[in-house]
Amino acid sequence: MKVSKEEILHIANLANLEINENEIDKYCKNLEEILDFADIVNKAPVEEMNITIGANQEKNVFRKDEIEVFEDNEMLMQNAPAKSRNMFEIPKVL
Amino acid sequence: MDITNLTVHELMEKLQNKDLTSTEITKAYINKIDKKEEDVKAFVTLLKEEALKQAEQIDKKRENKEIESNVAGIPIGIKDNICTKGVKTTCSSHMLENFISPYDATVMEKINNENLINLGKLNMDEFAMGGSTEYSYFKKTSNPWNLNKVPGGSSGGSAAAVASNMVPWALGSDTGGSIRQPASFCGVVGLKPTYGLVSRYGLVAFASSLDQIGPITKDVEDSAILLNLITGHDKKDSTSANIEKKDYTLNLKNNIKGKKIGVPKEFLGEGINKEVKENIEKAIERYKNLGAEIVDISLDIANYSLATYYIIACAEASSNLGRFDGIRYGYRTKEFKDLKDLYKKSRSEGFGEEVKRRIILGTYVLSSGYYDAYYKKAQQVRTLVMKEFKKAFDKCDVILTPTAPTVAFDIGSKTNNPLEMYLADIYTVSVNVAGLPGISIPCGVDKEGMPIGMQLIGNKFEEDKILNLAYAFEQDMKFREKYKPEFKK
Repeated sequence: MKVSKEEILHIANLANLEINENEIDKYCKNLEEILDFADIVNKAPVEEMNITIGANQEKNVFRKDEIEVFEDNEMLMQNAPAKSRNMFEIPKVL
Repeated sequence: MDITNLTVHELMEKLQNKDLTSTEITKAYINKIDKKEEDVKAFVTLLKEEALKQAEQIDKKRENKEIESNVAGIPIGIKDNICTKGVKTTCSSHMLENFISPYDATVMEKINNENLINLGKLNMDEFAMGGSTEYSYFKKTSNPWNLNKVPGGSSGGSAAAVASNMVPWALGSDTGGSIRQPASFCGVVGLKPTYGLVSRYGLVAFASSLDQIGPITKDVEDSAILLNLITGHDKKDSTSANIEKKDYTLNLKNNIKGKKIGVPKEFLGEGINKEVKENIEKAIERYKNLGAEIVDISLDIANYSLATYYIIACAEASSNLGRFDGIRYGYRTKEFKDLKDLYKKSRSEGFGEEVKRRIILGTYVLSSGYYDAYYKKAQQVRTLVMKEFKKAFDKCDVILTPTAPTVAFDIGSKTNNPLEMYLADIYTVSVNVAGLPGISIPCGVDKEGMPIGMQLIGNKFEEDKILNLAYAFEQDMKFREKYKPEFKK
């Protein structure tokens, strides 16, 4: 499975990652090798088989959408890399 | 007597008979850490003073009969991807280097309610992605049996800390073998419970449909005791199973005569190290002598499972790790042009190479044009793997395989070849793909004295069966009496 430089850069952009010019070849090669191995799933006898999305998928679990107050605001905010007046600080969006 | 050499059930007995206090036990472990941590490097965060203070309080309460439980006052080590309120939870990542969790994981609430003492947070591969603990941002943990070798991973710190007697037991997490493989490499017992048996609330998510928390212990009885403490339905984890709680110590000592052990020939074929194979064959003979019935079964899913695992785990990781944006918590880059640039730079600088590789692989298999060829196919293969296991369990009670194809390898020998590192998970991943329980216990050592692990796989929620068979083997083989880590340099 050939992975092009353009493809790697496109995927990295989708994932919000930057890849340095000198790392591109390495990522391409790694990805190609792993995808070549992963291609074995296309040889598995799974015609017409249903997909499995979780380990226990007998039933979906519903609950009421109820708000629970988290008391310790300070503990939450202490992890923010930038904040002002108890709010997260981000660059201007508009 | 070296207190740190005792198992937890032995410590519990000593606490009950007042032969030891929690303070004495905790001090003994701190002394051991002072001696061995320099070589082993298992901890990311140490809580020595806090632990001692807690031990003294518990001793007082026990004296005043305010605490009855015998497990109270016993120390524990916690893998650093399990959230601990007020204590750093780093996932061994630059991204979370300074993250202090504002809440406890459900397993920590349970551990705290039992008055266990958290001795510290244990090293791991960054975000649990790896099989050697070499992908930790902070340090490379060494294998206590030979310091030049890896302890396995991703719960390498947990397994190494238990093997070197720096903690009496520990919690790890297992997404594709991350409890069982390091347990195998370090000669200890590691149990990955059935998906849903233990709440994942507060476990930093890697691959949500595969992750489970479980015990890493010195022996099988301790594994059952710790499992008892952490199971139970949790409404904060919608995938947590709403089933009756079991006492896993009850059937531990049952006679195993007539129990059917399935051995899949495909797991002893190509790619397995000769000495690992020989020791597994000896283990099979031992089970025969103990009266178990060995059944040949076919389970031709190892390669399919491994490929499926890496597709599904990376796909889920690429989504789960999207939350690290440099805004609400975690690392933020110093310079940026706009919001997109802030995201990209924070993530690129905050994540290590393997994490980025897996996010890229996961994004790739989920992207349009490849979704059907990889992700959808992998989900179908997941159904196939479950069906094959179901067929196998019609013929046997548990399945026996090696835990890993090799013993612990040299530090640095596989970091340049991601695919080769992935192949080390070949025997463990199918258990996660199918959501089953699996345990690894030591079954011998190779010529260089490195431990070899054997895996027992059970049907869903049949932890008691694998624990029973593991216990019978352990009592007969007496691995802990025969072999000890030598900290070879």
